[in-house]
Amino acid sequence: MNTLAGTGALIRLIVRRDRILMPIWVLFMAVIPLALLSSIKELVPTEAARQAYAAESFGNSTFVMLYGRVYDAGLGGLTFWRAGFSMLVVGLISLLMVIRHTRTEEEAGRRELVGSAVVGRHAGLAAALIATIGANLVLAVLVALGLMGQDLPAGGAFAFGLAWAAAGAMFAAVGALVAQLTEGAGAARGIGVTVAAVAFVLRAVGDVSGTGADPAWPSWLSPLGWTAQVHAFRDERWWIFALAVAFVAVLTAVAFVLQSRRDVAAGLLPPRLGPAEASPALRTPLALAWRLHRGTLLAWAAGFIALGAIFGGAAQTTQDMLADNPQLLEVFERMGGTSALSDLFIAATMSITALIASGYAVQAALRMRTEEAGLRLEPLLATGVGRLTWAASHLVFALLGPTLVMVAAGLTTGLTYGASIGDVGGQLPRGLAAALVQLPAVWVLAGLTAAIFGLLPRLAPAVAWSALGLCLFLGQLGAALQLSQAALDVSPFTHIPRVPGGDVSALPLVLLTAIAAALVVFGLAAFRRRDVPVT
Amino acid sequence: MENIITASGLQKSFGRTRALDGLDLEVRRGEVHGFLGPNGSGKTTTIRVLLGLLKADGGTAQLFGQDPWHDTTTLHRRLAYVPGDVTLWPNLSGGEVIDLLGRLRGGLDKKRRDELLERFALDPKKKGRAYSKGNRQKVGLVAALASNVELLLLDEPTSGLDPLMEEVFRQVVAEEQKRDGRTVLLSSHILSEVEALCDRVSIIRGGRTVETGTLTELRHLTRTTISADLANPPNGLADLPGVHDLQVDGSHVRFEVDTRMLDSALRELTSAGVRSLVSQPPTLEELFLRHYQTEGTR
Repeated sequence: MNTLAGTGALIRLIVRRDRILMPIWVLFMAVIPLALLSSIKELVPTEAARQAYAAESFGNSTFVMLYGRVYDAGLGGLTFWRAGFSMLVVGLISLLMVIRHTRTEEEAGRRELVGSAVVGRHAGLAAALIATIGANLVLAVLVALGLMGQDLPAGGAFAFGLAWAAAGAMFAAVGALVAQLTEGAGAARGIGVTVAAVAFVLRAVGDVSGTGADPAWPSWLSPLGWTAQVHAFRDERWWIFALAVAFVAVLTAVAFVLQSRRDVAAGLLPPRLGPAEASPALRTPLALAWRLHRGTLLAWAAGFIALGAIFGGAAQTTQDMLADNPQLLEVFERMGGTSALSDLFIAATMSITALIASGYAVQAALRMRTEEAGLRLEPLLATGVGRLTWAASHLVFALLGPTLVMVAAGLTTGLTYGASIGDVGGQLPRGLAAALVQLPAVWVLAGLTAAIFGLLPRLAPAVAWSALGLCLFLGQLGAALQLSQAALDVSPFTHIPRVPGGDVSALPLVLLTAIAAALVVFGLAAFRRRDVPVT
Repeated sequence: MENIITASGLQKSFGRTRALDGLDLEVRRGEVHGFLGPNGSGKTTTIRVLLGLLKADGGTAQLFGQDPWHDTTTLHRRLAYVPGDVTLWPNLSGGEVIDLLGRLRGGLDKKRRDELLERFALDPKKKGRAYSKGNRQKVGLVAALASNVELLLLDEPTSGLDPLMEEVFRQVVAEEQKRDGRTVLLSSHILSEVEALCDRVSIIRGGRTVETGTLTELRHLTRTTISADLANPPNGLADLPGVHDLQVDGSHVRFEVDTRMLDSALRELTSAGVRSLVSQPPTLEELFLRHYQTEGTR
């Protein structure tokens, strides 16, 4: 039987299922380069101002870490560089989309039903890849046309769009591969996101330790490093796309081979047997919640320890840069000492870290919805477990989990930075404080998720992730787009004081914590009153 | 006799759909009560109201004389529930789920648990995601049957079980009945199961109770089929009230008669001289089909 039979029909099924989701993300991402372009035009209208901006950004480790190395001071070049972080976002969306249409389908048992029709073994995977890569190519064309509409040269514009599509396609292939490994879609997503995080960190490390426009070798280990090296609008390196195509081809081939060697719904990593009896400790809702959350929590904690170590290590390089630049050193000494720059760096990286930790908080709070929609909540509530006890057992992880991972990141940041400048005793508490001060904003997102779960459970995932997306958008692009303060104030992260090195006022922290608490209480009250299960 | 479950006039709507429309239900202490009705007639909704998971829009429900919405957790320590589609946590083993659910109820009888695992031939070491539909159902059944509780709420508990395991389920419930006098509310589509286990049944349709009583009582409400060879042609039979579908073929007659009119029909036959007679009581299938069909199609 043709192993690809039925691929066309399955592509149509994917397009039908994602007929709202797919256009939204493609259009949203397509607007970002235009938004960045217009903000750069407005921020630095003259050639001289752009040169100064490029030089300044060139020396700023935070910028280099987030977006890559500046290689050009032109409008197009600056836009491509500034949009560097968005390539990770395109990659993540593509990765999740492929898993959504492969492993998630298998786990839910729908793949089996589809597979019993005239559908080849590889049709599902092929359809998911074709649909995802197709969406990325549409994005590439939209980005290119948009930039050409702003009078930028066609060559650069297409290099720009295709670089994004290449990032998306490569992570789609990563998604295809990890979808073969585990039986559960959650575990596959975890592995995939970890791969994306490693790719980003490799790119960041390579860029931070690079010279001139060229990154150091770690960047070349990362697909995100490759796409950044396309250098749109300045001697585009088209050969990089050959690299991307080869990457996609190899990973897809491996995924197809792995798929031929396994059964439908089975993973390559074999499922293990469990104990015949529960341990004596497994007798409360909290003990059950610990079993359900612990794997994710420990993985996130490990990731945050690594993230903290990387940021702490990078903070030192901002100091090194000052040593090479006496004028800048003088400026900073007048501003309050040489520590000001690394303080700024640590505060900025902690803010990003907190946004990522909010992802964990939302995911942990949404576990309540997953349990309810999966019909696992109903039999639990039919025992002696009360609704509030049950909800509290999950909220413990949604609120204290982010606290734990932030503390881990803060301590390792302080430790590595302190070790690099020989002041562990002084930097450890500063790193910790920088992490702790972010928590009230994270809790607000967890509280919002709990509130929506209580009131409108069906909408909880969409609303919670959109809220996090909005915070990410406002934090990353809000200032560049020169949005009004009122708009920026929507994000709880806007209200977090700058620590270390800034003025700390307790009021916003107290207010944010109070808002988070009110949202949780509201969510619990609504949950107690409503019907269960809402499916 | 004391009622363990009393529901009267229960109403529940989901948006525009009326799931319960004045449902009544009485389950007595120590009985196995069959709860029957076509798909979508409101059986699961009723059980969820009885569990305090759904809040009824109208009517009253009581378990052990208490309100399931307000005294939820106290009541839940005295009962065990098996849904029609048991879903398990993918990373917990079946044995862990059985123990956890038992401990969260009124406690678990360890000996009983091991005995039930044996009889249902269930491997407790497999992880939740590795079980088939039938085996997931067994996990739920073992957890419920091994729990120290007075009331079992079983919502199509044997769906997905093979006939052998269905038989085990029947034996286990019947034994429990004899030994502990547990009360069971059993929603089921399997008529042989209902016939073997249930003392009384309630049939619901469209969110309303249409019939309740013992199977014998329900049989009385339906028709018996009579087929007989007679010495002389029957004269008065066609005019007799309660006789339907009369077919006369020479000396052979065949007809259906309302069970309560059986006596007068037989008198008519004997007056014509009976040579042979076959009487078929209504099968359960006929009984239920009559009640399952909507007014329009009957």
